[in-house]
Amino acid sequence: MFSYIFRRVLATIPVMVIVALFVFSLLYIAPGDPAAVIAGDQASPEDVAKIRANLGLDRPFLVRFSEWFFNLLQGDLGTSMFTGIPVSELIGQRIEPTLSLMVLTLIFAVTVAVPIGVLAAWKAGTWIDRCIMAISVIGFSVPVFVVGYLMSFFLSLELDWFPVQGYVSFKKGFGPWFEHLVLPSIALGFVYIALIARITRATMLEVLSQDYIRTAKAKGMGQLGILFLHALKNAAVPVVTVIGIGIALLIGGAVVTESVFAIPGLGRLTIDSIVRRDYPMIQGLVVVFSFVYVLVNLCVDVIYTIVDPRIRY
Amino acid sequence: MNSFAAAPALPDLLKPRRQRKGLWGFLLNNPTIAFGAGLLLVMLFIAIAAPWLGTVDPTELAPRKRNLEPSAMYWFGTDAFGRDIYSRVLYGARVSLIIGFSVALLASVIGLSIGLVSGTFRRSDAIIMRIMDGLMSIPPILLAIALMALTRASIENVVIAITIAEIPRVSRLVRGVVLSLREQAYVDAAISCGCRMPMLIWRHILPNTLAPLTVQATYICASAMITESILSFIGAGVPPIIPSWGNIMADGRTLFQIKPYIIFFPAVFLSLTVLAVNLMGDGFRDVLDPRKSKTS
Repeated sequence: MFSYIFRRVLATIPVMVIVALFVFSLLYIAPGDPAAVIAGDQASPEDVAKIRANLGLDRPFLVRFSEWFFNLLQGDLGTSMFTGIPVSELIGQRIEPTLSLMVLTLIFAVTVAVPIGVLAAWKAGTWIDRCIMAISVIGFSVPVFVVGYLMSFFLSLELDWFPVQGYVSFKKGFGPWFEHLVLPSIALGFVYIALIARITRATMLEVLSQDYIRTAKAKGMGQLGILFLHALKNAAVPVVTVIGIGIALLIGGAVVTESVFAIPGLGRLTIDSIVRRDYPMIQGLVVVFSFVYVLVNLCVDVIYTIVDPRIRY
Repeated sequence: MNSFAAAPALPDLLKPRRQRKGLWGFLLNNPTIAFGAGLLLVMLFIAIAAPWLGTVDPTELAPRKRNLEPSAMYWFGTDAFGRDIYSRVLYGARVSLIIGFSVALLASVIGLSIGLVSGTFRRSDAIIMRIMDGLMSIPPILLAIALMALTRASIENVVIAITIAEIPRVSRLVRGVVLSLREQAYVDAAISCGCRMPMLIWRHILPNTLAPLTVQATYICASAMITESILSFIGAGVPPIIPSWGNIMADGRTLFQIKPYIIFFPAVFLSLTVLAVNLMGDGFRDVLDPRKSKTS
């Protein structure tokens, strides 16, 4: 087991290097002259030249990349073009709201999605199943910000149940922190719930048709026990995989959700950087988000091998 | 006298489900596809016929008619620049559908080629798949944002950015199908009969990848439309002058608390269009993959 985990950890290194290489080479792949685009339409040729030098576009690709990559290894993501502050420092300042939002969404989504997925599989073919599946298709079809605005309009503005926008740090107390994150988490969790519920239903259907489920039924085990003790345990691997892969949806959705609910996190920082055309900042954010994503999925893989003794590579 | 015993009646389970023939029969058998296709046709009609549906120029500024509520004259009201939201929403259907279809088509064709090469030639497989692993580790929306930050805002660039983000998933899928097809006996048979590689791929492998690819392409179309609206909404999508649903919602953002309808009209259209495409995708999946058909 340990040798597998060790090999799995080693295997993420080339993935991360490729991510870094790709994100870096976007500057060179992008059609047109990125320096001119970043400088904007009113910029003088001197400004464009300055930005080109700033981005290192005037030096050879490999030299620039190795420089950037070694800095990256030391945790240096470069300097924001707009503020002149190191990118890693800016990311550090904004990480708490985003982390809070994502963790809360994750907990909320998993606790809702898995039971309704199990319910849909148990009642397969009935109206309960159809309703759950219909809601899940709708979940895939309605963009995050639409759900966010709908809830914020009806629950905050009309009914005044929740604060409309903003964020209160965890350090200022759990109550206000939680209150501000309820609606954003539900909005962000909507598509994630649809995804997890679907895969839970599909895997559970496969598991429920197996012999040992019939045996459990025959020996008189209760329905809940069969569903949650016998079946869900064996359906866990695909479900946990999708929870890991779905983090990409959460990351993309967080950018938008933070904008809708005015949460000053990394998503907000991304949008501000687009408006300011602060490319080093965007580059740093993409690298950080992608590394987090890779690490989460590494953890998921490691958790399997510990939880599921059948997996031995 | 009669030495043949009558065959016992088939148990209910094995009785074939009534299959209706023809296009109408197909639609009746698959209400999901019928509903999705109907909804999509309505949106296509709106997009094509936008100039004749009582619209005005969606980019025309009219400072004196700013921020009007929905009325008989302006069905969906006007925005902060006095532009008619009804016209903008109808013309917005064009942008969403063009982007959805182009991304689905481009990502399928490019992903199919990469997947076929990767699945067929073992040597290239390791390298291509490592690159795809890396690409897949970048959340698609962020990849598109990074690309858009470096290029000028235009519909073509949005299509390119979303396509690049979608390619790895398609090539992964195609590669998987190709690898499992290579183990099939009929492929061995074709090889032993002297079938050459290009012919093998063209005649025996490619046709079998099309079913899962169609399903995947439908989902890509849906997610491309959502991604476009997100990109435009956060200011990294099509230029603000072009009426796209994401842009209309971005315009309505500041006025949201007093004039929520500016956001809700395009939101309803966008959600319905994506829903239509998703329903068709689900329907195709059920039809093309009997293993996951209605009962399972």
